[in-house]
Amino acid sequence: MHRSLDLLLSALFNARDIWRLPVDGSLHGALLDRHLLLNLWIILGLAALAHLLLLAGVLFARDRRAGTESISRTVRLEYLPLAFFTLLFSWLTLRAERLWALSRYTGAEPTALQVEVTGMQFAWYFRYPGQDATFGRVEPALLDPGAGNPLGIDPADSHGKDDLVSSELVLPAGREVDLRLRALDVIHGFAVPEMRVKQNAVPGQTIHLHFTPTRPGTYAILCTQLCGLGHYRMNANLRVLSASDFEHWLHVRESRGTT
Amino acid sequence: MSQSPYLRRESAGTLASSVRLAGRTSPIRCHLFTTDHRAIGRLYLWLALLSVAIGTILSLLMRLHLTWPERVLPFHGPVLPEDYLALVTIHGTLMLFFVLTTAPQSGFGNLILPSQIGARRMAFPLINAVSFWVIAAALVVLLSSTFVPGGSPISGWTAYPPLSAVPSAGPGQGTGIDLWLASIALFAIGSTMSSINQLVTVVRMRCEGMTWGRLPLTVWAWITASMLSILAFSVLLAALLLLFCDRHLATSFYLPVGDVVNGTLRAAGSHNGSPLLWLHLFWFFGHPEVYIAILPGMGLTSMILGNFSRRRVFAYRTMITTTLLIGFLGILVWGHHMFVAGLNPFAGTAFSISTIAIAIPAAAKVLSWLATIWRSRPSYTTAFLFSLGFVSLFITGGLSGPILAQPILDQYLHNTFFVVAHFHLIMAMAGIFGLFSATYYWFPLLANRTLHEGLGRIHFVGSLLGAYATFLPMHLTGLAGEPRHYAQLTSIPNAAGDLLARTLPLNRGITWAAFFLAGTQLVFLANLLLTLWRGPRSSPNPWDATTLEWHPNLSESDFGLLPVVYREPSQYAYQNGEARALPQWIDPALLPSAPSTSGDRGVS
Repeated sequence: MHRSLDLLLSALFNARDIWRLPVDGSLHGALLDRHLLLNLWIILGLAALAHLLLLAGVLFARDRRAGTESISRTVRLEYLPLAFFTLLFSWLTLRAERLWALSRYTGAEPTALQVEVTGMQFAWYFRYPGQDATFGRVEPALLDPGAGNPLGIDPADSHGKDDLVSSELVLPAGREVDLRLRALDVIHGFAVPEMRVKQNAVPGQTIHLHFTPTRPGTYAILCTQLCGLGHYRMNANLRVLSASDFEHWLHVRESRGTT
Repeated sequence: MSQSPYLRRESAGTLASSVRLAGRTSPIRCHLFTTDHRAIGRLYLWLALLSVAIGTILSLLMRLHLTWPERVLPFHGPVLPEDYLALVTIHGTLMLFFVLTTAPQSGFGNLILPSQIGARRMAFPLINAVSFWVIAAALVVLLSSTFVPGGSPISGWTAYPPLSAVPSAGPGQGTGIDLWLASIALFAIGSTMSSINQLVTVVRMRCEGMTWGRLPLTVWAWITASMLSILAFSVLLAALLLLFCDRHLATSFYLPVGDVVNGTLRAAGSHNGSPLLWLHLFWFFGHPEVYIAILPGMGLTSMILGNFSRRRVFAYRTMITTTLLIGFLGILVWGHHMFVAGLNPFAGTAFSISTIAIAIPAAAKVLSWLATIWRSRPSYTTAFLFSLGFVSLFITGGLSGPILAQPILDQYLHNTFFVVAHFHLIMAMAGIFGLFSATYYWFPLLANRTLHEGLGRIHFVGSLLGAYATFLPMHLTGLAGEPRHYAQLTSIPNAAGDLLARTLPLNRGITWAAFFLAGTQLVFLANLLLTLWRGPRSSPNPWDATTLEWHPNLSESDFGLLPVVYREPSQYAYQNGEARALPQWIDPALLPSAPSTSGDRGVS
């Protein structure tokens, strides 16, 4: 109990600690965080102001008389503030849409690292295309996790021979990654709070998501769309390595095969 | 239909008279198979009270498990992940449908709406009774899912397929979810009938002089919610039917080719459906649904603030417009639940703009409320306090709406506890405060008695503190990355374990606050039972209100002369710093010359 009080107190009195956002390890995260904090401060200010007015309105009494409603009073108390809100929210929306467009309207650069992410009850699998830079064909009928083929890669397709399947997502820092999200069974939510990304993986669709990790470290990949009884433990690690460490990892894994 | 004798008997409209009459006819016929709107309204409220009690207990069990996952429940054993998700699903379904939809819209709608427009009865009394029984059956069907093999469904109140479409997807996804589907389908049918009834009642049965402009804002809220209900529930019913077909008739509306659930290959062949279809249909219903839950609270808050401030509701016509506008925009925003669901990103932009637009009519309402009470020397009745609480929660919960409406921020916050905090403040807590306000205010009409004001104030202070202590910190755990629907936060492997562990101390605090909030409701229950047992009789119009439900003839007998309405609600004459109420039904010819009234068109 005292620990929660501690946290509450530090949250109340230490401005740097208030929002407790996890560290940001992505290129686009700084702008997103700035916009988020701007929003949070604005709504905190508006909420405080509205509550002050509410309290002042009921506490500071004056003679009871008609709250006479004239056109000028309605304009002053209702329409002017509304015009202000319209401008404020339009401005915030414009900023937000520009950030959204930056990260979503266009796909990844052609040089981006290609990784396929597959969600299934209750695990994430990550597939790298190998030397030929092409993912092999997958067939739902060939799914056989027990035999080491959790994604159903078709052995008849030569592109699949060098595909590398991993249970952790390993990425080089400073290079854009183009994730292709798929789900085998039900909808899953691919989320990496420290990379400030989230995107559902939907059965029957391949959805692209791209970002650039900048900060080496180990981060949490969560499932954020209720997917069944094991939803809470459907997670994996994202390991961001330096470019040379990543090349080394890839080399070792490729020489070891796809297990 | 032989409802007229029942109408006559039930028309006294008080529990006391019902009890008296019960001696003459079978009490079952009198109370249960009645077509009297007031008796039906009371039945709805009892149903909602039962549902909210169960829903609250389930939420406490969820908090207990989340905070102390190793604890074993008496008579149950350890709480398994599927048990936790069943709690989530039934809690959400009960609260959304059987509390926040039935109590404000059907409960108080039946009890108050007809007399507020000067009508003797609802337009279709038999349909009214049938819709209650359909909804009661829906509740029984929902609760029965606990007792079937596999237990209750685990896919949440939104029931996204394929999780909800394939029995092998988890325990509870067999018979459990079939019962859930049947329950919600019944609920949709019952609600549609009830809403058509309300809409027709308002359109056709207003008394003389009750022009559209003179309708109380509660009535505007009820008809807006009715229109939304008719639109939304019919789409939901279609969506449920398609899901039923996918489950039992081998169709693939929501299932893509090659879907493999738990080793079972589903939907092989050429039928290629998409789960996104369900998301579209469900949220086309789901978002209007939250407005159905909250609009009556907004209408009532306006009227109560006006009544106890002795003021006309500020910018009355604007309030009517914003009610309709919120309803209209409410059907254009469903995609904001789907920013990260796999839509075209341009759709994200479009839905975010329509969503942000709602902030404007919502802000207009808050401004009107502030201007209405501004330095008005209000009477601090419990009903007024709960309305103030409503405004406070509406502001606090509402302001995080525009944040979640920005897709780039939703990309971080979607399905975290930030969202849970947002909708529990704006919809659940504000909705419940609206219901409490309605209960304290209209209790004299329900039971001819007045609830104890002292206990009411304790209830208010405890509830407000409890609501904020429970739901404000959830913003912080959400910002820290805690996702919803997680059965536990401890013993999680990988880096996720560290991320989630950071939220544990605050989560323990939230659980204590939730128990405090729930405990405070015992004060209300005690007040309710004590008042029903030996509370003081209320005077005919104890709040000196101006709207028609307090008309002396309407509360005594529905078969008195129908009233005639002369003015808008919340009209007052001011003299020597005192305000005298000018009820809607008082003939201006009978008034002593009124020195000044606030902007009334009905008084010459």
